[in-house]
Amino acid sequence: MSQTMPGKPMPDPSPDTQPYWDGLAQGRLMLQRCADCGRIRHYPQPMCAACHSMATDWVEASGEATVHSWTVAHHPFHAAFRADLPYVLVTADLPEGVRLLAQLRDAEAEALRPGLKLRIGFEQNEAGLTLPVLRPATPG
Amino acid sequence: MQLANKAAVIGVGDTDYTRDAGGRSALSLQLEAALKAISDAGIQARDIDGIVMPSPGGPVVAEELVTNLGIPDLRFSTGTPLGGAGPVAALQCAAAAVAAGICSHVLLTLGRTGRTGQRIGARIQQMPQFRIVGEFEAPSGALAPAQYYAPMARRHMAMFGTTSRQLAEIAVTTRQHAILNGNARMTTPLSIEDHQASRMIADPLRLFDCSLESDGAAAVVVSAADRARDLRRPRVLLAGMAEGHPDSPSAITQRADMTRLGLAKAAPRAFAMAGVTPADIDVAEIYDCFTYIVLCQLEDLGFCGKGEGGAFVEGGALGLKGRLPVNTHGGLLSQAHIAGMNHVVELVRQLRGEAGRAQVPDAEVGLVTGYGDLGDGTLAIMTRG
Repeated sequence: MSQTMPGKPMPDPSPDTQPYWDGLAQGRLMLQRCADCGRIRHYPQPMCAACHSMATDWVEASGEATVHSWTVAHHPFHAAFRADLPYVLVTADLPEGVRLLAQLRDAEAEALRPGLKLRIGFEQNEAGLTLPVLRPATPG
Repeated sequence: MQLANKAAVIGVGDTDYTRDAGGRSALSLQLEAALKAISDAGIQARDIDGIVMPSPGGPVVAEELVTNLGIPDLRFSTGTPLGGAGPVAALQCAAAAVAAGICSHVLLTLGRTGRTGQRIGARIQQMPQFRIVGEFEAPSGALAPAQYYAPMARRHMAMFGTTSRQLAEIAVTTRQHAILNGNARMTTPLSIEDHQASRMIADPLRLFDCSLESDGAAAVVVSAADRARDLRRPRVLLAGMAEGHPDSPSAITQRADMTRLGLAKAAPRAFAMAGVTPADIDVAEIYDCFTYIVLCQLEDLGFCGKGEGGAFVEGGALGLKGRLPVNTHGGLLSQAHIAGMNHVVELVRQLRGEAGRAQVPDAEVGLVTGYGDLGDGTLAIMTRG
């Protein structure tokens, strides 16, 4: 194999999604909101499925989250993540009515159960991309 | 126009299913399967006048089939881009085309070098239907189907008490069927303990919860039911068909109920079209990229209630002598991952009584499902005609 190892996947933002990534770069989880009917949606998309408005604004997430489900990645499907294994991917309910997928920090998968309270944090990876992470709301 | 029983599967064919097809191309494998299906149907390649590619944009395009098979007058060419739900979606598409009189004999082929060619992790990152998760989830390390589907299984376990040993029941029974089949990649018995000892891939999915990336191809020919009457093999009628798409089709993460697949929407439509109920099904070929996906589909099909799938599969219930024989060929888990086209082939063989040592006695009504692209579901109910 003469190829160099591929790096971690990087987003290729569109005009519709760029504000989300700009927010993360500043350590803020920004959620898209319909400027007409007020419905919050995630992931970012050009149209509100409820009222079909394409007018959008952005609101910062409260930072609260609860566990909806999770998995623990053990198999290296991507060479760039091999050194991170095993890692826990949590699907979390946000009080804003959408879900967030992020890696778990400062806890083991065994501690997880649906409804467990988490806090959203931020981490920059080796490629300079800031991503959300999730931590237990109450340490220990 | 009602589509029920207007079309039939008149021919099926498949290659050897292997870990390594010895450098043969996906096109070569698909042509071999196509020729076998055409011969099985008792028609000539020149009679093919429709092609539905269940995996459009895949390694083979319809034009290559036309060129190699010498098809002189293709009247209908399309594709069903639903991932593993594509083959069964293609059956419905082909049935609609022949019932409408657009064409007479439709060829469906699917085959790939999934093991020796490009692996799944690399493949899906190039697929447009994975663009959303590619942008928002892959950077965090959710990169492969096992990692997208494992949280569905974990949620099911957390809500309903489903266990890994219950998932093992599916893997063990499917392996028994593969051993009977004779054209399957996995040929050694598997126990629940073997499953429980296998390494974790994406918790709660272990190695033996996962299907086998494989080399091989399978093909079928669909024709109008009235034209199929005089052909070589018994007709297998397409009695009921439907596709269903889940809520939040591009991201499981945002799906209100991640334990319910698109199949839950399709199943009532297909059963109503066929005029049968789950209790009438003699044999079921259920898309099994992962054991959990079988369990969830059994619920979404109505064989049991939501949350009851774990209890339903216990005690060899999916075996040849069980309450519902499932994946009698060994499935994607133990025969080969041919994206479910091998499930279509097996159902036809079962209903013709040609399934060899894994034949379900007197199978007259059966179903085959497809599942793919983060939750799309398809269902075809077939009857011996």
